[in-house]
Amino acid sequence: MPHLATVVLLPLALALVALATPSNRLRPLLVPAAGVGHATLTGLLLWGAPQAAEGAWLGLDPLGRLVLGQVSLLFLISALYAPGYLALRPDRDNRPCVSMCLVFVAMMSLAILSRHIGLMWIGVEASTLSTASLIYFNRNARSIEATWKYLLIGSVGVSLALLGSFFLAYAGLSAGLETTLFYQDLLDLAPQLSRPWLRVALVLLFLGYGTKMGLAPMHAWKPDAYGEAPGVVGALLAGGLTSTAFLAVLRFAQLGLAAHEEALVRPLFLASGLLSMGVAAVFMVGQADFKRLLAYSSVEHMGLLVIGVGLGGGGTFAALYHMLTNAFTKGALFLSAANLHRAYGSKQVSDVRGALVRAPASGAIFLLGFFAITGAPPFGPFMSELALLSAALSGGRVLLTGAVLLLLFVVFLGMGRAVLSMALGPAPEATARDVQADSFATVAPAALLLLLSLALGLWLPAPVLDALRDATAQVEGRP
Amino acid sequence: MPPIVDPLLVTALLLNFLLLGSSRLRSLIRWIAWQGVVLGVLLAVAHGDHPGPRTLALAAVAVAMKAGLVPWLLYRTTRQDALRREVEPLLSFVSTLLLGGVGTGIALAFGSTLPMLPEHTTVLLVPAALATVFTGFLLMTTRRKAITQVIGYLTLENGVFLFGLTLSEAMPAMVEIALLLDLVAAIFVMGITVNHIYRTFSSADTTALSALRD
Repeated sequence: MPHLATVVLLPLALALVALATPSNRLRPLLVPAAGVGHATLTGLLLWGAPQAAEGAWLGLDPLGRLVLGQVSLLFLISALYAPGYLALRPDRDNRPCVSMCLVFVAMMSLAILSRHIGLMWIGVEASTLSTASLIYFNRNARSIEATWKYLLIGSVGVSLALLGSFFLAYAGLSAGLETTLFYQDLLDLAPQLSRPWLRVALVLLFLGYGTKMGLAPMHAWKPDAYGEAPGVVGALLAGGLTSTAFLAVLRFAQLGLAAHEEALVRPLFLASGLLSMGVAAVFMVGQADFKRLLAYSSVEHMGLLVIGVGLGGGGTFAALYHMLTNAFTKGALFLSAANLHRAYGSKQVSDVRGALVRAPASGAIFLLGFFAITGAPPFGPFMSELALLSAALSGGRVLLTGAVLLLLFVVFLGMGRAVLSMALGPAPEATARDVQADSFATVAPAALLLLLSLALGLWLPAPVLDALRDATAQVEGRP
Repeated sequence: MPPIVDPLLVTALLLNFLLLGSSRLRSLIRWIAWQGVVLGVLLAVAHGDHPGPRTLALAAVAVAMKAGLVPWLLYRTTRQDALRREVEPLLSFVSTLLLGGVGTGIALAFGSTLPMLPEHTTVLLVPAALATVFTGFLLMTTRRKAITQVIGYLTLENGVFLFGLTLSEAMPAMVEIALLLDLVAAIFVMGITVNHIYRTFSSADTTALSALRD
């Protein structure tokens, strides 16, 4: 079995190769190379047993296995899209974009594997910094604004998370225990940690890593960043970075539950989740920009994830399941939206008409992706949302279930109005500017992601089901 | 902690007010550099009179980065905007100073409610850390220029770093150095972004960054 560090070091090494490669045409091929390499290593690691050795800096617990597998698969498919996309932009120097994309994947992997909360923080912060140049890819006034907001809000968020990590360590020190920032040590000591420090730490950590997930009210960076970044970057952010941040949130939820702080953790998660869904629904109705529409959809689904954890038990299982289905469906939506953006030379809903005629494949994927993400059967998100709602109902949370259903319905209407008007009707006359129609390289990855979303709705293979159950048991503290 | 810690923390707190009251970018950068020096000295003296070589080395790295490299990067960035070196507050200096005072008061009150270890009770550590974090927030939200927002972020980080002093025994040197490096990388990336903002808008007034909204 390969060493754990290889999934971090391989993309880093390829990033150096990308910096040294002079050819703008050949350099993008390093992205799929990294994707295949990363996925192969991840596959070998997942094939083996979970490893979380005492005092080791890197480890792979059930939760980490689930997230690493998801991120690696999403990166592999998105990476296949990247060369086709960059080939359409020969005017741009892609050196910063390619190298930083590989650093980004390395840092996400580092954050996922870290068994030390300081090291995990470094991974998350470095992944924020490395994505800045990806969001700034188009180098115009709008993208610099999005990059600036992303950097500032993200950095403040992770600073709060760092303060929270320190408070957590002090909670151990203050209770007369050995000071440690190793996750497993903190988990073992959880019931003995000093309460006031622990509570403030849990809130700060949730706020900090919640900012990286894009939970309301710390979501302000999300529509700007997703709206201005290239679609493939949007796919990686919405399914990769957010899942990594969710993992961090889950780790501290696990710690809070192990410390018997259910009365703090669950309501905090439920309230933040409902607020995120509410804010997203308000901004999705009448949204004029379809990439921003997808960004708000991401805010909505991050809300669903934390609501699931707030419910606990079956809700946590549903949240983890939804993390997978959301990541792949969002990937398909972002990639097909990028193709539509190019086919029409605009990302305004009002400029796109008859997408099923102008760009039949991308239009169809976008339309089906919309049905999938809003919870239409038989796609994956339908099954995971159903699991979430039934967990809420079986817990006797009728009001909460009603609120979630209502918000899902509002989102369906808001998103549906935009997507249907884009997909249907006659296409306008093509102008000279918008020439790139669908090609295999830009359509196949999006189709593959949509197929994954469909497959996860029809059938959960035994290894995936086991991984979900193990991860749920880990968070809920029932090994 | 040795008695020298308290006056140093008071100095760090006073520097917060100097930061809030500065009307010129140069002095803002000077005060943030001094705060970096104070933090480095604190790191060296916080754990007894005879710091080991590891502590001294860490303190030296902290000072080199927080009072040397980072202010230098910031200074380079300000040279781009040769004509406009004022801070340009959105909220007047007096109001932000008053807010800073209120925030420091709240930090003092809240800090005393948290249970501290006997060796940390005599020092202002937690209030100073929280007040510095708050000062960072104030600078980020009430100043127009992108560069002052970077300095605000740096102040916020200084506050987190202050609290980290209680843990410097728990934290392996590798992690601390990596944290500092991450900070420098953050300032570096932000500095590049500020330069691009200058180039795009021919000023780095963040009120120009308002095209993206719903």
